[in-house]
Amino acid sequence: MFLKAKRLTALALGPVLMLLGLYSASTAAADAKVNEINMPPGVTNVGQSIFDLHMTIFWICVIIGVLVFGVMFYSIYYHRKSRGVTPATFHESTKVEIAWTVVPFFILIAMAVPATSTLLEIYDFEDAEMDVLITGYQWKWKYEYINEDGENVAFFSNLRTPQSEIYNTADKGEHYLLEVDEPLVIPVDTKVRFLVTANDVIHAWWVPELAVKKDAIPGFINETWTQATEEGVYRGQCAELCGKDHGFMPVVVNVVSKQEYAEWMAAKQAEAAEIKQLMAQTFSMDELMERGKGVYDRSCAACHGANGEGGLGKAIADSPIATGDMAGHLEVGINGVPGTAMQAFGGQLNDVDMAAVITYQRNAFGNNMGDMVQPIDVFNHKKG
Amino acid sequence: MQHTALADQTLELHDPRSFVTKYIWSQDHKVIAIQYGLTAVFVGLVALALSALMRLQLGFPDTFDFITPGAYLQFVTMHGMIMVIYLLTALLLGGFGNYLIPLMVGARDMVFPYMNMLSFWVYLLSVLILLASFFVPGGPTGAGWTLYPPQAILEGTPGVDWGIVLMLVSLAVFIVAFTMGGLNYVTTVLQARTRGMTLMRMPLTIWGIFTATILGLLAFPALLVSAIMMLLDKLAGTSFFMPALVSLGESLEYTGGSPVLFQHLFWFFGHPEVYIVALPAFGMVSDVLACHARKNIFGYRMMVWAIVFIGALSFVVWAHHMYVSGMHPAFGFFFATTTLIIAVPTAIKVYNWVLTLWRGNIHLRVPMLFAIGFIFTFVHGGLTGLFLGNVTIDLPLSDTYFVVAHFHMVMGVSPIMVLFAAIYHWYPLMTGRMLNEGLGKAHFWLTFLGTYAIYLPMHYLGFLGVPRRYFAISGTEFIPESAMSLNASITVSALIVGASQLLFLVNVFWSLRHGERAPRNPWGATSLEWQTPDVPPHHGNWGPQLPAVYRWAYDYSVPGADQDFIPQNHPVSDDERSNAPGGPA
Repeated sequence: MFLKAKRLTALALGPVLMLLGLYSASTAAADAKVNEINMPPGVTNVGQSIFDLHMTIFWICVIIGVLVFGVMFYSIYYHRKSRGVTPATFHESTKVEIAWTVVPFFILIAMAVPATSTLLEIYDFEDAEMDVLITGYQWKWKYEYINEDGENVAFFSNLRTPQSEIYNTADKGEHYLLEVDEPLVIPVDTKVRFLVTANDVIHAWWVPELAVKKDAIPGFINETWTQATEEGVYRGQCAELCGKDHGFMPVVVNVVSKQEYAEWMAAKQAEAAEIKQLMAQTFSMDELMERGKGVYDRSCAACHGANGEGGLGKAIADSPIATGDMAGHLEVGINGVPGTAMQAFGGQLNDVDMAAVITYQRNAFGNNMGDMVQPIDVFNHKKG
Repeated sequence: MQHTALADQTLELHDPRSFVTKYIWSQDHKVIAIQYGLTAVFVGLVALALSALMRLQLGFPDTFDFITPGAYLQFVTMHGMIMVIYLLTALLLGGFGNYLIPLMVGARDMVFPYMNMLSFWVYLLSVLILLASFFVPGGPTGAGWTLYPPQAILEGTPGVDWGIVLMLVSLAVFIVAFTMGGLNYVTTVLQARTRGMTLMRMPLTIWGIFTATILGLLAFPALLVSAIMMLLDKLAGTSFFMPALVSLGESLEYTGGSPVLFQHLFWFFGHPEVYIVALPAFGMVSDVLACHARKNIFGYRMMVWAIVFIGALSFVVWAHHMYVSGMHPAFGFFFATTTLIIAVPTAIKVYNWVLTLWRGNIHLRVPMLFAIGFIFTFVHGGLTGLFLGNVTIDLPLSDTYFVVAHFHMVMGVSPIMVLFAAIYHWYPLMTGRMLNEGLGKAHFWLTFLGTYAIYLPMHYLGFLGVPRRYFAISGTEFIPESAMSLNASITVSALIVGASQLLFLVNVFWSLRHGERAPRNPWGATSLEWQTPDVPPHHGNWGPQLPAVYRWAYDYSVPGADQDFIPQNHPVSDDERSNAPGGPA
């Protein structure tokens, strides 16, 4: 029968594919990162406890399922009408019903005890060695290292996958939708506390292998922590619906050795100090244009085109804004255009970079305004 | 009971005289039930079509240009909201509640027929408002069926101008309709039972619907106030749920509100809502199982108390939807404990269903197939709840496809299995015709097996960490190649299951005219609805004399009786005893 055949195909497809998955998992190299049918235990002790609990409950469920479904199959087969049985008339049994109340109760307690100790561990923020403030934005993350001695280090972490891969005009890369321009860097074997909040709507910061998932809620600061036992790059995603680009704000965490982390942090702090110093300087046109090109390629080109020809965003070449009043141009760059995809970059680019990129836009792609923006102009514009 | 005697004398029943009063502005609970049912099935088909679009995008990404990330979220939102509220709640309570309550308790109609009529028309209005959001600028809201603020009312979410407003207004209107219907159901069960129909003789269907309606009357107000408060936030600039925030670079004027407050209110409604859908299903499936196994339900009193206990507990578990929103571990522990305790009465119900089948005389007719299918899908979905109810295991699993699989099994597929069982079981009563058995069996197997082909693999996707409500999950290294093929097979299965519902529709409409004429009581059921003087029952249900009830609703295969069932209105004689606990009353 036509229908039956269709059904059988559909039915067969699922299990067959699942078995194929198992097969490919078992034949894959021993260092295959993805466990193809089960939850990854990850690289933290908490993750391992959760994984063990998960497996305990899994086997309890298997046993219950086999028993209940077994009795049902037996009844349906042996007590069906065509066997002409006379139905029984029993209707109640206090003993049986008490047993059915008490047994599940004990099973539940058996599951609750280990779960509770893991729960307390998850909420134990004592003796965290460092703090990172994580802020969710539509649709990117901001990380801020709270350093008691020395400069705070802060940066945004944006999706790096180009539009061309998303819209299939180029092949999808290895880390498609799971790559960012600047990952969070944390040291291995260190208890890191995350303070999680949001700037606009609710997001959730989630890295499966670090056993961390926490909602980022505007107006609230949630706490969570991790302690990775292995170095590596761990990838995660936003887990709470946050608007149309919910699927496009990944998380990447580099877990590095303590030594490497210290070096990275020192470099970051030096960079921050340098920016601070640059803010007071006056730049020449060439310096601004050179720096501006770098900023443009990183932050603007994805929407406005590598040559200012436009794309998702408007063209910069010959645009009324880039060839118009300087204050208007600064306003768009710093505060964005509400209600459009043009974000406010004032909080994302430092004043030096903002000055450079505005200058670049006014003097590249055939625009020839000849004027310059200095960091102090950006600073003054922000002040109003 | 005095009111019963009064009803006996009221022979002037104000029968409707024109087509309009009989079928459109009808005050007959049976016609209203069918109006509710047809409307609910119609919007349900819209939601089914939306799910097909979602699956096409997920299974075969980059193929359909018109499905943008925003449109995808709009499909997700409307599919969820329609299925939960406008299909399941409306069909189980407005449809089956309306049809069965007066017939099963031996009443002439609902206690407030005019309000009952209004309830349907207000429900229809809410459906029209909801559907209108497909045609307004910006389209329907894409905030997810949970409608979490701030994103639900901010730029960056699709349908933020009109869609969300229409959604909130539609919900408020729906709740008005539900309240009018709900008060009616509760009052009818409490006040209009016929002579001898004590509470502990009511069929479990009525217990399920009755308890669910009380849950609804207590839970929907929480949704109503959240809808109104969010409307005020959106339109009047209040800050109930809105903290000070910067949206897409623009600093807004909100200040001091709490997005978490909305979550509490929403889930204080949202969790009982699960049982508003599940309890009527529990009740109806109990009656279908007993009837088609020709055996009394096992542990009737325990079943009643389990329904009541589950209903009460459902109000103290809501925050298990919010484990990752951030809460003190003591609260996490509390809500995990209450959540798992619900498993105890639920397990009792499952065991009692299984023991009802045990040593029965099982007639595998279509309603019975769906009822047994329900036990499978429900146990399956219930077991996965053990994972999610634990705060710790919820951490990796929340907001993944594991959750999607869990709630679709337990409160999507399971109640729908019961709805099909109920439609196949009661269709002969409603229309006087039988549904086609062959088509029905094909419909069952396609739906039941198809369901597993869809949702079983989703559990694995969840374990792998595939997040839900994602537009694009292909091409990411999260999902190994094998899982991507699984993903495509889910879509194929979903399309087949969706298309197989056409078999059901064809069956329902074809049988209306061409189906075999139904015998008076085709399944040999004991409950009162099959004992009306006419099938389908006429206006007023019972003719001049209301029936009197002498026994419980489960006298199947009583030793010494000349048939294998004894209707509830059959007096007790010496050689036909009752199986009821405590013997004949």
